[in-house]
Amino acid sequence: MGRVNIIGAGLAGLSAALRLAEKGIPCRLISLQRSERAQSVLAEGGINAALDTMGEGDSIRLHYEDTVRGGCELADPNAVDRLTREAPETVKRLFALGAPLEQSEKGLTLRSFGGQKKKRTAFAKSSTGKVLMTALIDEVRKHEASGLVKRYPHHELIRLTVSGGSCTGVLIRDCRTGLCAELSGSVILCSGGLNGLFPGRTTGTTQNTGDAAAALFSQGVQFANLEMIQYHPTTIAIPGKRCLISEAARGEGGRLWIMTKEDKPWYFMEEKYPELGNLMPRDVVSREMFLVRRQDNTVEEVYLDMTGLSPEVWRDRLSDLRDEIIRFTGDDPSYTPITVHEGIHYFMGGVYVDEHHRSSLPGLYAAGECACQYHGANRLGGNSMLGAVVGGRTAAETAAGEYSPAEDSEPVFKAIEGEPLAAPARDAFSESLAEILSGGLGIIRNEQELDKAIAAAGKLKAVNAREKGRLALGLAMLMSAKERRESRGAHYREDYPDRDEGLRRTTVAEYSGSVNILFKDIPERRAQDADKT
Amino acid sequence: MQTRLDITRRKGAGDKPYVLSVSFVTEDENATVATALTAINADPTRRDISGQPFEPISWECSCLQKRCGACAMVINGRPMLACDARLKELSKNGTVTVEPLKKFPVVADLTVDREPMFAALNELKLWLESEGAVKAQNTALAFEASRCLQCGCCLEICPNFYAGGKFFGTAAAVPTARVIAAAKDASEAARGYKKHFYNGCGKSLACRNICPAGIDIDALLVNSNAAAVWKRHFGKAR
Repeated sequence: MGRVNIIGAGLAGLSAALRLAEKGIPCRLISLQRSERAQSVLAEGGINAALDTMGEGDSIRLHYEDTVRGGCELADPNAVDRLTREAPETVKRLFALGAPLEQSEKGLTLRSFGGQKKKRTAFAKSSTGKVLMTALIDEVRKHEASGLVKRYPHHELIRLTVSGGSCTGVLIRDCRTGLCAELSGSVILCSGGLNGLFPGRTTGTTQNTGDAAAALFSQGVQFANLEMIQYHPTTIAIPGKRCLISEAARGEGGRLWIMTKEDKPWYFMEEKYPELGNLMPRDVVSREMFLVRRQDNTVEEVYLDMTGLSPEVWRDRLSDLRDEIIRFTGDDPSYTPITVHEGIHYFMGGVYVDEHHRSSLPGLYAAGECACQYHGANRLGGNSMLGAVVGGRTAAETAAGEYSPAEDSEPVFKAIEGEPLAAPARDAFSESLAEILSGGLGIIRNEQELDKAIAAAGKLKAVNAREKGRLALGLAMLMSAKERRESRGAHYREDYPDRDEGLRRTTVAEYSGSVNILFKDIPERRAQDADKT
Repeated sequence: MQTRLDITRRKGAGDKPYVLSVSFVTEDENATVATALTAINADPTRRDISGQPFEPISWECSCLQKRCGACAMVINGRPMLACDARLKELSKNGTVTVEPLKKFPVVADLTVDREPMFAALNELKLWLESEGAVKAQNTALAFEASRCLQCGCCLEICPNFYAGGKFFGTAAAVPTARVIAAAKDASEAARGYKKHFYNGCGKSLACRNICPAGIDIDALLVNSNAAAVWKRHFGKAR
C-alpha cells in the first residue's frame, strides 16, 4: 500500500489529495484530463456556510435543517451534521488559499440561494467553481513539488483490483499510449456525476462518462439513491449540451413567469410559494415549471426575467453570466427575459458510502458527485461544492486512518492482451440507452413508463465491457425509481404522489449478474451532535 | 448549412501530417467545430469528401461552453476553442481549416501534449507559501487571474514562446498574477515572473484579444510589472 489512488481531479479529488498530503501520505491523482478541465470549474453560484456575515442570525443548526429538509429527510443526518459543522472553516480555508470570494468589511459576502431562508452562499460572481479550483490546484501543486502528490493526467480507471474481499488497487490505462498499469493501494473515487448516461442532455462535461462508476458497479460495489436525479430549473440548449443559468440569477432577484392565454405574465412560483417564491428548492421549481407548461391557460415556455436587476448587480455579481447568456442566446438578459427549461444537472445518488465515505467494499472510498452522500432526495444549490470539498477531505481522513505504509514502486505500463478493456461505448448504444432512461426518469414518473423503459433496456445489446457497465447502471436507476413507490424530492411518481414515511430509507442497488434493489435504514442522528448545534 | 472541414491529421507524433477533407451538414445555426467533430466521430459510416472511410479524429473536449480550455486548436489560422468556433461565422467559401496547436508536441490528430505548460507552473513554484486571504482591493485582479483556462491559445500566438524554453508566456504570467495578488510575501512569485516572463517577453502583445476567456491581460501585466519590476506595492499601480 504505497500510495492512495484518487480517481478524478476535480474539487473532491483535489481536496482528498490535499488532505492526504498534509498528513504526509503519498497519493496518485488520476484523471482523464487536467484539473482545469474538470466539471467543477463549471460550478457557478457559490458555496454554502453558515458564516452569518449578513446579520441575519444564521447558524449551523439552520444550515443543517435546510439541508436535511431540502433532501426530504433522505440524507444521512450524521454526515450532514459534519458537512454543515465544517462548512464555515472550509470556506474560510478556501478564502485563505487565495480564492477571490466577494467580501466586504464585515467579512465574506453571502447571497441567497434556493431552499434556504438565510443568505448563506459565498461566491465569486458566477464563476465560484473556477476560482476555488484555481486556488486548490495551486495548493496541491505545492505537494506535487514535494513528490507527495503524483499526477497521471491522461489516464482512466479500467477496474479495481479486489482480493480477499477488499480493494487493493486499481488497473489504469494511459489514454494516449493505450498501455495499462496495475497500481496497488486503496482507492478514492472522485469521478463526478453520471452524465455519460444522458449524453447531450445534461449541464455537465463530456468527460463525466460514468464509465468509472459503471466499472465499479459491475464489480459489485453498492450504489444508492440512483433514482434521485436533479433537474435544474434554468438551463438553455446550446450545441452538444444544456447550459446552466446559475441559481444566482434568481438569488439576485430574477423571476420566473409564463404567459397566460390572457396575455399576462403569471409569476407562478411567487403566487404558489409566497415565502421562498422563485427560490424554492430545485425539485419543486422544476416540477412546477413542467406542470404550468401543461396547463390549458398558459402558452409556450417559462421565462427567466432578470430585467429588474440593478446595473450594480450585473456589474459586480453577474457580469460573467450576462456575457455567457449573450454569447449563447444572442439576447441581453438585462433587457430581455430568456426562455429556460429544466435540464439534468446533478446526480444525488452514487456509490453507497457511510458518513466516513467508506463504500461497501473495504479499501474503496468515494466523494463528490459520484457518491450518494449529503443531498438525499434533492440537493440545495451551494451544497455541491461544499459536499465535494468536505467529502474529499473526509474520505482522505478515513483512508489515512486505514492506510498501511509500504514501498512506493514506480508503476509499469504495458500492453494487456485479450479483451479490449477500454473500447468505448458506441455512440448509437449510448444514445439508445439515454432515450430509454429519459423516458423513464423524467420529472414526472409512473410505473407504466418505468416498466416500459426497463423492458426496453433489457432488449438493448451491449457488446463490450463499457456498454455492459452503463446498461447495468442505467437499469439500476430505472429499477430504483420503480421500487420507490412514493414521491420524494426529485423523484415524483404521479401514481404515488404522496410521501410514504415507510420509504424514508436509502435505495441500494447491487449487481451480481443481474441488478438487485434493496432498502437500507438511514442512521439515526447521534443525540450528542444534535445537542451541540 | 454545409461546411467543408479541412482537418490536419497525423496518427502519432512521428507521422507525416496530411489533410482530411470532410463535409459536415447541420440544421443548427450555432453549430461549432466541436459540434462537427463530435458528430463526425459519432457516425460509424463516416466518409471523407472523396468517399473514403476514416478512423475517428483524436481531439480533446470537456465542457463545451468555453470554461475548460480542453478543445483549443488552430481554426482558420487562429488559436481558439472549438466549442466557441461557430461554423457560420468562420466559413470562408464554405470551408473551415482545423489544425492542432503547433507549439506543443502532437499526440495524435488535434490532440497535443500541453504538459510543458503545466511543468512551467511547477517550476515557477506557483502556490501560496503562507495562507492569507486576498485583500479587498486585490479581489478583482485575483478574480481575473483565477479565470485562466490553461488552454494555450496565448502561447500559440506568441512569437517568443516555445515549449520547454525558459520563457513561459502569458499562460504562466496570468496565474502568477493571482499569486502576486494573494500572497503575503509575493517576492518569490515576482522573481519568477521577472525571470520567466518579463525578461523574455518581446512586448509584441500578440496575446492581446486572443484569450477565449477574455481575460484582461493588460491589467494583470501592468500590476505584475509594478510588483516585480518597478517594486511598487501591488495594487497601487492601477
